[in-house]
Amino acid sequence: MRVKLEVNGVTHEREVEPRTLLVYFLREELGLTGTNVGCDTTSCGACTVLMDGESVKSCTVLAAQADGRSITTIEGLAEGEELHPMQRAFREHHGLQCGYCTPGMVMAAVSLVTESPDLDETHVREGLEGNLCRCTGYHNIVAAVLDAARSSREGAW
Amino acid sequence: MIPASFDYVRPGSLDEAVSALAEHGDEAKLLAGGHSLLPLMKLRLATPSVLVDIGRLGELSYVNDAGDHLAIGALTRHHDLHHDPVAMHHAPLLSFVAGRIGDPQVRHRGTIGGSIAHADPASDLPAAVLALGGTLVARGPGGDREIPADRFFQGFLESALTPEEVLTEIRVPKATAGHAYQKFVRRAQDWAIVGSVVARVDGRVGVALVNVGPTPVRADAVETALAGGASAAEAAELAAEGLEPPADNNATPEFRRHLARVLTARALAEAGL
Repeated sequence: MRVKLEVNGVTHEREVEPRTLLVYFLREELGLTGTNVGCDTTSCGACTVLMDGESVKSCTVLAAQADGRSITTIEGLAEGEELHPMQRAFREHHGLQCGYCTPGMVMAAVSLVTESPDLDETHVREGLEGNLCRCTGYHNIVAAVLDAARSSREGAW
Repeated sequence: MIPASFDYVRPGSLDEAVSALAEHGDEAKLLAGGHSLLPLMKLRLATPSVLVDIGRLGELSYVNDAGDHLAIGALTRHHDLHHDPVAMHHAPLLSFVAGRIGDPQVRHRGTIGGSIAHADPASDLPAAVLALGGTLVARGPGGDREIPADRFFQGFLESALTPEEVLTEIRVPKATAGHAYQKFVRRAQDWAIVGSVVARVDGRVGVALVNVGPTPVRADAVETALAGGASAAEAAELAAEGLEPPADNNATPEFRRHLARVLTARALAEAGL
């Protein structure tokens, strides 16, 4: 079947098998390998991308379901050399250890802060329930998201 | 993990979806948000030869105040139900439970109809609809049919829907007199190891349990005891009566019985009983 997706602002049209999962479409058809596959069972959140601005786990979405929709991956966040405020906050707070969960964690955090910028620590921890960090580096991740949420409220996004 | 091959059709209306099911019969599965079905297909535990994707039928996504009850479109996503002002006002239990499902990413995709039609005893919303005494509306080739929630869940992943029917609407009575959902998990996003839902509806108390058998179940003995004047603590002691809970990595049957009693006691107290 033919699908047409807007990914990071660019429209891509491809012939795919109906069973093609969005994450493999992104990684193998488009070469966007920033989105990782972790558990492949909708648990870990490593494959999180934005679909029409909302976080989804791309291992559990068919490319066919994303047909005609707008997808943002970690590669699409920065404006040229200028990091997205969430990426900058993760760097400043060292919100990563091995880095494997980071793209999904950043995308989930962007969706969370976009939906409700007025967050406290509990909200951030609950809002990131769908993303696992096997290094258990949650402390700095939460600090980064709180900082980015603050910058969002101050109009920096 | 990749699902087995299938044909994909995307009907443009509910009527087209019903026709597609009539054409393909039990070879076909409906795809809504896909968050129950796709994981099973990736594990090859489900291998439908045709997927009928109804995920974009906007006509089935709504929360309407219908006088004495709320009418919820089957394709209403958990995220939308959780944040819907009408649901929050008239069916706060349902809105609360929707917000406890999985995690934000799952709630952005999963739908109430998908969750209920999948009939997983470990899911949250089926027990909530049972406790509320809801009604499920299905559209088939012969028209609409109403199915009481008490008769809808018939076995493990088995509902009263025929292969030709689409679940279109979930109806629940307005219930604002008190509610609670106690969900026991080891990790925040997990399925309930056991859950207990309490809904106070028109002077009646509905109690339903999650993941204690092949279907979500009403805790009949608890409800009867409460109706007969027993205290909440006395009634909760009866929560495991008649249960034959499953054993798995998370819990033995005896631990599940214990959880049913403890969580029901907590839920009744939280609901003001």
